[in-house]
Amino acid sequence: MSITNHPDPATLISFAAGTLSEPLAAVVAAHAAMCSCCRREIADMELVGAALLLQHSLSAQPARSGAAKPLRGRVARPGPGAAHAVARDRLPSPIARAYGLTFATIPWKRLGPGVLHHRLPLSPGTEGDLRLLKIAAGRRMPEHGHGGSELTLVLDGAYSDETGTYRSGDMQDVDESIEHTPVADQNAGCICLIASDRPARFKGIMARLVQPWTGI
Amino acid sequence: MLGTAHDARPRLRPGPARRWGSMSDLLSRIVTDRSDEAFRSLFDEYRPRVRRYMLQQGADGDLADELAHETLVTVWRKAALYSSDKGSPSAWIFTIARNLRIDRIRKQRVWQELTDEHAASIPSEDQPADSMIDQQQRQIRVQEALRTLPAEQIEVVTLAFIEGLPHSEIAERLSLPLGTVKSRIRLAYAKLRDALEELR
Repeated sequence: MSITNHPDPATLISFAAGTLSEPLAAVVAAHAAMCSCCRREIADMELVGAALLLQHSLSAQPARSGAAKPLRGRVARPGPGAAHAVARDRLPSPIARAYGLTFATIPWKRLGPGVLHHRLPLSPGTEGDLRLLKIAAGRRMPEHGHGGSELTLVLDGAYSDETGTYRSGDMQDVDESIEHTPVADQNAGCICLIASDRPARFKGIMARLVQPWTGI
Repeated sequence: MLGTAHDARPRLRPGPARRWGSMSDLLSRIVTDRSDEAFRSLFDEYRPRVRRYMLQQGADGDLADELAHETLVTVWRKAALYSSDKGSPSAWIFTIARNLRIDRIRKQRVWQELTDEHAASIPSEDQPADSMIDQQQRQIRVQEALRTLPAEQIEVVTLAFIEGLPHSEIAERLSLPLGTVKSRIRLAYAKLRDALEELR
């Protein structure tokens, strides 16, 4: 099945420049692992970074202080091409590697009826929220807006909202201007990776999601 | 429309084609001959640029020195992994510096790959045999296309790539709405992409 929904180019540029927040970067990396066309876009954007690094005037630069020391270290040789064995697991390889998980070993925790989640820890002091979410078939999430940016990547199943249907590999890239009411696929439900760079707002969504049942 | 603004723009650096050609040559001499001399030339070319990049991203002088040195040492150690006849050496060095910056200055998990890892991860069926050879040509084309961008678009991409500012901070710095910053970035990239399409 081909991927039809990709990150906003402005989001990909932030990823390539290294300015995207950690939780959002995780979701872009996961999407890129599933989408060779976005990997190629990112590679092109890195050419822009390289061009700017080279052409940027050094006139303000103080005189050089360092010098190259002769190096005799061992040279890394390419391995037998195994470095990027294509993972068939439905959990994208960057997430699997970073957290030592497979799709089958995600330690799901119940959030409310029909909703499971697993929160992925971020580096100390990092704002935002990154988690895996498993929504039962036909389950409707409350309508919500966004305080900051939110990225959702479908790993399995599908969901639909006012803007369309998102299937495995699709990413929905929304900012504060969007309000939507996602509904998980009637048959398959939906498993997704979701990140926000504003924890408070995201917690609000999570709370409303489970509130009718748990009173959080 | 014949671009007097373009002509009035200060010349950036002369002869990018020759410069990138020679950077690739240096890298291949490092790979094949382990040439100290080639490494020293590469080091002299990039170290001050990477050092300044680190300073602009918030490193103090000592850390900037250390990270610039580490970037170039990584080039030396990993040179054999890098296919110098196909890729862009400066993009590879940019990605090494960027990832070190995220890890050591921002102290966050690095989700970005280095360009040598992309090359391995783009499936061969999607990657015609000649298209990676074009990375150096693509690098030159991007450099040329950058010169034709309006100043306001150059400004936003430079703030993102070189100063490491997220869109929200670019908006603050320039007193612009966030949406305007994003659309300038999209416009700039669309133009660069058009220039690259001609090579596809």
